[in-house]
Amino acid sequence: MTGLTLDMGQYAAFVWPAWGASLLGLAFVVVRTLMAARRWSRALKDEAKR
Amino acid sequence: MSAAALLFRRELALSWGGGGGPLVAVGFLATLTTLIPLAAGADPTRLAPLAAAVAWVALALASLLSLERLFERDHEDGALDLLALGPLPLEAVCALKALAHWVGTGLPLALAAPVAALALGLAPSLAPLALVAGLLGGLGFSFIGALGAALALGARRGGLLIAAVVLPLFIPPVIFGGGALARAADGQSPLQALALLAAYALFAAAVSPLAAAAAVRNAQS
Amino acid sequence: MFGLANPDRFMRVTRPLVPLAWGAAAILLAVGVWLSFSAPEDYQQGSTVRIMFIHVPAATLGLGAYLALGVSSFFALVFRHALADAAARAAALPGAMFTSLALITGALWGQPMWGTWWVWDARLTSVLVLFLFYLGYMALRASIDDEQKAARAAAVLGLVGLVNLPIVKFSVDWWNTLHQPASLIRSGGTSVDPAFLPALLTMMAAYGALFLAVWVTAIRTEVTRRRVLTLRQRRAAMA
Repeated sequence: MTGLTLDMGQYAAFVWPAWGASLLGLAFVVVRTLMAARRWSRALKDEAKR
Repeated sequence: MSAAALLFRRELALSWGGGGGPLVAVGFLATLTTLIPLAAGADPTRLAPLAAAVAWVALALASLLSLERLFERDHEDGALDLLALGPLPLEAVCALKALAHWVGTGLPLALAAPVAALALGLAPSLAPLALVAGLLGGLGFSFIGALGAALALGARRGGLLIAAVVLPLFIPPVIFGGGALARAADGQSPLQALALLAAYALFAAAVSPLAAAAAVRNAQS
Repeated sequence: MFGLANPDRFMRVTRPLVPLAWGAAAILLAVGVWLSFSAPEDYQQGSTVRIMFIHVPAATLGLGAYLALGVSSFFALVFRHALADAAARAAALPGAMFTSLALITGALWGQPMWGTWWVWDARLTSVLVLFLFYLGYMALRASIDDEQKAARAAAVLGLVGLVNLPIVKFSVDWWNTLHQPASLIRSGGTSVDPAFLPALLTMMAAYGALFLAVWVTAIRTEVTRRRVLTLRQRRAAMA
């Protein structure tokens, strides 16, 4: 009960794509958000220097 | 004649004049109705169960048609600015435009939709109900549609944008109107569904002019 | 809360909070994933129950993000806080993503359960409608060129959408009772087996923390962006 179960049996074709899609989707949003944050904070530093 | 009545008459004349008026929307409804059996086959046992629903959805879509011009034309030639400055509050202007859209486009559609449904195999006893539902639903569609037209003022892809914005908001009246007809077809009372439909239409009539006026002010600034 | 409306104050207050939110999200996700895969199999659903742990949180946060969008739109309209508009805009993409994940995972959960990829039941249909609300909002925002006008128009639509959401939900539920589905379709049942609660609740918290982290970060980015644009304008004017 406390161990990880990685064998999904007959449902593997559904469980893994669901988790995979969720991972990809969330990663997409996270990466986009962080990249935009970094981009604009760098731009602010540039402007402040001038 | 009061300013409100004048505006209403003007809006009605504009929506009916120049190019057949309500016939365009009705023609659209008729074409959609024709496409269904052409696409699905003429088997009455397949068409009849969906007749009411198809006519109802066609009515909703046909209501969308003349919405783009509702504010756009006045916005372009400056008449909207004058209306905003006139004796009527902008909210009243929006309400009157929506009301005129209902009378000018919605009423003819409400008359045509039962005919379309009958052509698709609706039981004739349900036709009067279809008319009532079309009238009530059309009121809701016109007011929500006016809100969509106001929001899309000055935006790109006007017609499609209005549809994208407005169709999710069409869902409650579509459900209630379709539900009323389905209930009646089952032999049950459509009254609850009609009441819900009427409630939604009134809600739309109350809220939409406020929101539409805010959207018009935004577009004009 | 109104004190936060001042952008400078908002930036100061959120600065230490943002890393905390990201950290919490990461930890909760790690724990949640572990719990999800160590929970027992469901008697009826087998291992597909593991999809519940990503479907329910996604649907919940899809709705939560829309609430955030709607309430922010209200403040943007009524109080004209620039920050409120940034908040509404920032909620749209994560919310749309959560909602679409709810739809995808819902389909993948439904196929082994009910034998079909899509079922027009009340819950899934409501999620689909929510997705349509997001699409309309994003379409409106994208179609108006003037940024300020786009923001204001979007705020109107966001608020109208918020007000309509309970009505739409009610109408979909009503519709569902009207047309009893031919087969017995119970969308996951109304009560969850207690054995699954730790995993489910942890994943819900994880998704919630993730949304907060993304949302606040995006609002901060928007504030920064506006500052940069203002500085650039000033520089160009002085040149």
